[in-house]
Amino acid sequence: MKIKLNVWRQKDATSKGAMVSYDLDHVEADMSFLEMIDVLNEELISKGEEPVEFDHDCREGICGTCSMTINGRPHGPQHRTTACQLHMRSFSDGDTITVEPFRAAAFPVIKDLIVDRSAFDRIQQAGGYISVNTSGNPVDANAIPIEKEHADLSFNAATCIGCGACVAACKNASAMLFTSAKVSQYALLPQGQVEATTRVLNMVKQMDLEGFGNCTNTGACEVECPKGISLENIARLNREYLSASLKK
Amino acid sequence: MATLDSKIPAGPLAEKWNKHKDQINLVNPANKRNIDIIVVGTGLAGASASATLAELGYNVKTFCYQDSPRRAHSIAAQGGVNAAKNYQGDGDSVYRLFYDTIKGGDYRSREANVYRLAQVSTNIIDQCVAQGVPFAREYGGLLDNRSFGGVQVSRTFYAKGQTGQQLLLGAYSAMNRQIQRGKIQSFTRHEMLDLVLVDGKARGIIARDLVSGKLERHAAHAVVLATGGYGNLFYLSTYCMGANVTAAWRAHKKGAYFANPCYTQIHPTCIPVSGDHQSKLTLMSESLRNDGRIWVPKKIEDAQAIREGKLKPTQIAEEDRDYYLERRYPAFGNLVPRDVASRAAKERCDAGYGVNKTGEAVYLDFDAAIMRYGREKANTSGRKDASDAEVRALGEAIVEAKYGNLFQMYEKIADENPYKTPMKIYPAVHYAMGGLWVDYNLMTTIPGCYAAGEANFSDHGANRLGASALMQGLADGYFVLPYTIGDYLSDDIRTGAISTESEAFAQAEEAVRTKLEKLMSGSGKHSVDYYHKKLGKIMWNKCGMSRNEKELKEAISEIAALRADFWENVKVPGMLDSKNQELEKAGKVADFLELGELFAKDALERNESCGGHFREEYQTEEGEALRDDEQYKYTAAWEYKGTPSEAVLHREDLVYENIELKTRSYK
Repeated sequence: MKIKLNVWRQKDATSKGAMVSYDLDHVEADMSFLEMIDVLNEELISKGEEPVEFDHDCREGICGTCSMTINGRPHGPQHRTTACQLHMRSFSDGDTITVEPFRAAAFPVIKDLIVDRSAFDRIQQAGGYISVNTSGNPVDANAIPIEKEHADLSFNAATCIGCGACVAACKNASAMLFTSAKVSQYALLPQGQVEATTRVLNMVKQMDLEGFGNCTNTGACEVECPKGISLENIARLNREYLSASLKK
Repeated sequence: MATLDSKIPAGPLAEKWNKHKDQINLVNPANKRNIDIIVVGTGLAGASASATLAELGYNVKTFCYQDSPRRAHSIAAQGGVNAAKNYQGDGDSVYRLFYDTIKGGDYRSREANVYRLAQVSTNIIDQCVAQGVPFAREYGGLLDNRSFGGVQVSRTFYAKGQTGQQLLLGAYSAMNRQIQRGKIQSFTRHEMLDLVLVDGKARGIIARDLVSGKLERHAAHAVVLATGGYGNLFYLSTYCMGANVTAAWRAHKKGAYFANPCYTQIHPTCIPVSGDHQSKLTLMSESLRNDGRIWVPKKIEDAQAIREGKLKPTQIAEEDRDYYLERRYPAFGNLVPRDVASRAAKERCDAGYGVNKTGEAVYLDFDAAIMRYGREKANTSGRKDASDAEVRALGEAIVEAKYGNLFQMYEKIADENPYKTPMKIYPAVHYAMGGLWVDYNLMTTIPGCYAAGEANFSDHGANRLGASALMQGLADGYFVLPYTIGDYLSDDIRTGAISTESEAFAQAEEAVRTKLEKLMSGSGKHSVDYYHKKLGKIMWNKCGMSRNEKELKEAISEIAALRADFWENVKVPGMLDSKNQELEKAGKVADFLELGELFAKDALERNESCGGHFREEYQTEEGEALRDDEQYKYTAAWEYKGTPSEAVLHREDLVYENIELKTRSYK
């Protein structure tokens, strides 16, 4: 099929970017969206032009590297699907597709479709862990029984891939869904209780420092999240934050 | 010149590791603060090693090419992690895990290393639970287990189909704690391009900042390479797009021997190739073989009609189906180890029984499981008169609960509903058992240069068992390397900081720059991917699931010719000193073009069949692998001598003091 692509091109962080149009004549339905861009890039290279740079790695929907807004939606039109798992059969012959980087003040563009998401790492560094030493841990794993329901909920929160679609989807560019997923994973486990107070306060503080916006409970993040991380995590984060604030 | 001394401690097998730990030198806490360690790669091995080393007090610098340490490809591991906990009381033990791993590896791994791996496996689970990894649990609140191929106990711990993700995020969280303390400096979007040796010791690296394009010098007292495997040599694989051999290969060229490059795992159950545009292949977890039955049509005309779209698999009668694994291996059936299952699929497809348009696919059919589960559910819910359609609906719900996410992934990629029609699968490159040669302490033949996880060669022999990669990565990083590296560093407590201003660093940086400039100055005929795809085709066709002398020799000369063409004609657009993904790819493919030749040379040299290495000349009458323990019971470690064709072979004889070598049989 034939596709017209409007792609954001930007040389580097300091240059001004612009949308550029490309026509692709031989797109196959079985191609993934990123393979379609691979084909475009091969054409650009053969013409002596610079290819479109984009972040990608595992191409199986788990690493969270790919990050692009397709026709206005982070990761594109298919529900619970990362851009790398989106296939061209979701589009029709003659379609025009607009591709942009994830937009947020806290995710500055590095080049073309690549953005800097290191703010997410810094939020995790502020407290997204349990302070146990990795060496010589003598407690047997089954000495800590955990209610299955809590373990499952904790797992569900822990499946966040850190892609940033929640931020890109949010009109305020809020990172609440991302932050709440990590806070929830530990809040639901007995191992996480010891540091619960400092963890939530420090992570929220870092989130604010990074320039993410506030949450106004619109829920776009949950809709666009490729892993279906639930809004309930944000409610849990708010509860954790409130009780931590009262303790301090 | 480095010698091949595996440094296995003396004494009984079960006591070697503990005794070794008691006897090796330590570095006291005050001195650790004056010692720097570089860790390249932040997958399970790199993240766990760097977190532990930093926690011990060393100053650690980590490097990864991704935008965050959390994205390393360990994250994609689906099935689980093995540990000899025996929580199920089904007779598991450290010895059994050790024995299964040695046997699964077709008696080509190092006994002492594998035993240590089995020993520390139990610590991994304790550690991960303590740091909040949400493993699957039973209703009683205790940890759940599942079973995997090639073994007879349930020892696999898991977190749905995302075990690798949860373990990596656990190690990443431990890293984050040390980053916050200032004990780890994390360099993301950086690529190691050379190892720097000062007076024969690894003392640092040359790295390229992938955003600015600038070359950087980083010094340390020791360098740990945890840079994963080299399966992308085949172009199409289940690896992530960025996986490469560059760090390991550049260390090889500086003196680290490369062991058993021809031992590569080809995983039997992946989604087949759909067209020339394909960039990667996707695995369907081994756990599916618990319930799926693998088959092709018995009649060749049926296979042809299917390929032409005139017949559907569901129209083929039961008696006209060839469940070839059940036929050939009645004892293990569909749960034979990966190398055996892959070869059997290739054998049927080569004989003309493949079931997709390329002829390279077999069926993985859940129909029997759906009906069996459905019937059981109908019976236990008091509906013994349920119709077939009702039974099927009940069965589909149960299969969905077990494998829902995998079925969904399959449907997204293949555009077929695997509840209604069998999955089509075909083997694909999945893991590299070979890698940098290391001694018992995980040190390569370069003093101070260590290799951990998939990047080293030591634990899986010629074939890796399922759920053992996660175990090895974390064992190396959390529990082995942090001890053994201290023994080496105890000599460095008076060395002081290593300067990056030395001649060795200047020369290494200059050599890297010259190489990058050369890559940028090709005549511009073909893109990097053009060469990578060509290399992949040679590897897959001539060094893939089965190999023979004639084709291996052809591969060697074809790869050498392709490499010459690449250096002359490759086209790399963009600039050296800026973000340039094509240049990154070019450097990786340049190294694959050298490794590929060594791979073929290694396969040619090994005149036997073992594990993932199947030489057509060496097979039994029934087509099974024929090992030659008399002549080939050794690890092949290659020393670089200027070109792959001149590489010199060093042999490490494998000594089995505790188990008897047998023919591996799953019949």
